[in-house]
Amino acid sequence: MSPGLTLEHFFMLTGLFVAAVALGIARSPGHPRRWGSTVFWLGLAVAIGAGKSLPHELVGWLVLGLGALVATRQVAVPGFSGDGAAREASAVRLGNRVLWPILVVPLLAITGSFFVGSQVALGLGCLAGLAAALWVTKDTPAAPVREGGRLLELLGWTIILPQSLAGLGGIFAKAGVGEEVAKIVAGALPVSHPLVAVIAYCGGMVIFTVMMGNAFAAFPIMTLGVGLPFIVNANGGNAAIMGALGMLSGYCGTLVTPMAANFNLVPVRLLELGDDWAVIRAQAPFAAAIWIFNVAVMYACVYRF
Amino acid sequence: MIKLIGILLVAVGFGFRVNALVVVLVAGVGTGLAAGFSLREVVALMGRFFVENRGLVLPIVLMLPVVGLLEKHGLQERIATLMRQARAATAGRIFWLYQALRGGLSVLGISLGSHAGMVRPLIVPMGEAAAKGRGELTEATRERVRAHGAAAENVGNFFSDDILVAVGALLLVKGVLDNAGVPVTLEQIKLWSVPTALWVLVIGWWRYRALDRWLARRKDGDK
Repeated sequence: MSPGLTLEHFFMLTGLFVAAVALGIARSPGHPRRWGSTVFWLGLAVAIGAGKSLPHELVGWLVLGLGALVATRQVAVPGFSGDGAAREASAVRLGNRVLWPILVVPLLAITGSFFVGSQVALGLGCLAGLAAALWVTKDTPAAPVREGGRLLELLGWTIILPQSLAGLGGIFAKAGVGEEVAKIVAGALPVSHPLVAVIAYCGGMVIFTVMMGNAFAAFPIMTLGVGLPFIVNANGGNAAIMGALGMLSGYCGTLVTPMAANFNLVPVRLLELGDDWAVIRAQAPFAAAIWIFNVAVMYACVYRF
Repeated sequence: MIKLIGILLVAVGFGFRVNALVVVLVAGVGTGLAAGFSLREVVALMGRFFVENRGLVLPIVLMLPVVGLLEKHGLQERIATLMRQARAATAGRIFWLYQALRGGLSVLGISLGSHAGMVRPLIVPMGEAAAKGRGELTEATRERVRAHGAAAENVGNFFSDDILVAVGALLLVKGVLDNAGVPVTLEQIKLWSVPTALWVLVIGWWRYRALDRWLARRKDGDK
């Protein structure tokens, strides 16, 4: 559609929103950590909104600075007290109209992804959803910033964990950590046995995904270090079966690691759960049952087809 | 061996429940230094990866104003009213249906929602209201129901995107194997991803039925 609209515009918009939240905190004297939180969100606004035009090193120091604010407990969430009676009254008045702006977002994001990039389409979907929500509720444009800011503060530092984890993964890759781990796994187990090879490969995918928070990072390392030499080359296994089920075994690791922050920690904050491990605990039986199934199918089929 | 210091730091940090962000940043800098980069190089790397991966938070942050505004105007209360009318709805059935729908659409390469887009505004309020239809929830019960709602999103999202449309995971598997000299076709990988996707539906049915039974038993105990 319009070639002028890029993802970078949405980063700037996000930066402006976060900056507005920071200014809102600066103007609320009752905030438990007024200045620490203001600096934290302003710093994040700069890193997201202007990150591309700043030197990488400066952004790096900025991120470490945000980490230092979190480590010294300078960022806090105020207690939010909503008006329950007003919400009830509004729900009665608006009826089902209060629901559909939420559905506008995925509908537009899905349709739009056929025309523009999927992330740009999602950004447009969010803007359309916001417009629809403002139209339905007849509220002021300041309200979504204030209400969104409430949710943003609930998320707190978990909002920069996914990017920081991507950084850790990148540094692990540059330092060659994966090759080292694959060597240790291959050296410690009798992986030339067909069943041991399958278990070591699928288990390694889980362990490595748990450590990195990302099955995509684990896959090349475990496949080149354990899967190909021992399942395919030594025992004549089928590479496609190994690869498909190996990747799906990695996802079992994603279900149980706090390192997969946007899947397992962000919802803890979004849903206001008290225990950081609540989502992981709900998912652990899924992970175990799916992993065992993957190993069984791989062992039953990989040496046969 | 010293390169593995980052993994050690992560394990120890999580073991002692140190703040995850602090653990990750320290482990990143520690690994970079151990691998022979200078401090400035490591910090620049952290900055580069941060900027390149900003897209990870975009769908979350941009969704917040929409969700926040609608919640102020009674979104959750409206859902609760609707769920009181749907007698057959239980938390477990809602989560299983959402997991199946999320997975089914992801087979077609369509990403329906996310924790910020669907789970917090719609799915969890629906599940909670359905559970509440059979009595007030204690804090612990509410947390358990909410955590299962988040799990439905993740499980639905993960295990069925390798089946029809060639997305990142599929191309990564093919790319790694092709580059290693054992060429595979996308069709083979897709075919062997099907059994797990079906199994995940079975496991979901089992898990959410267990949740419903647990919720039902709890009510009997309260009476």
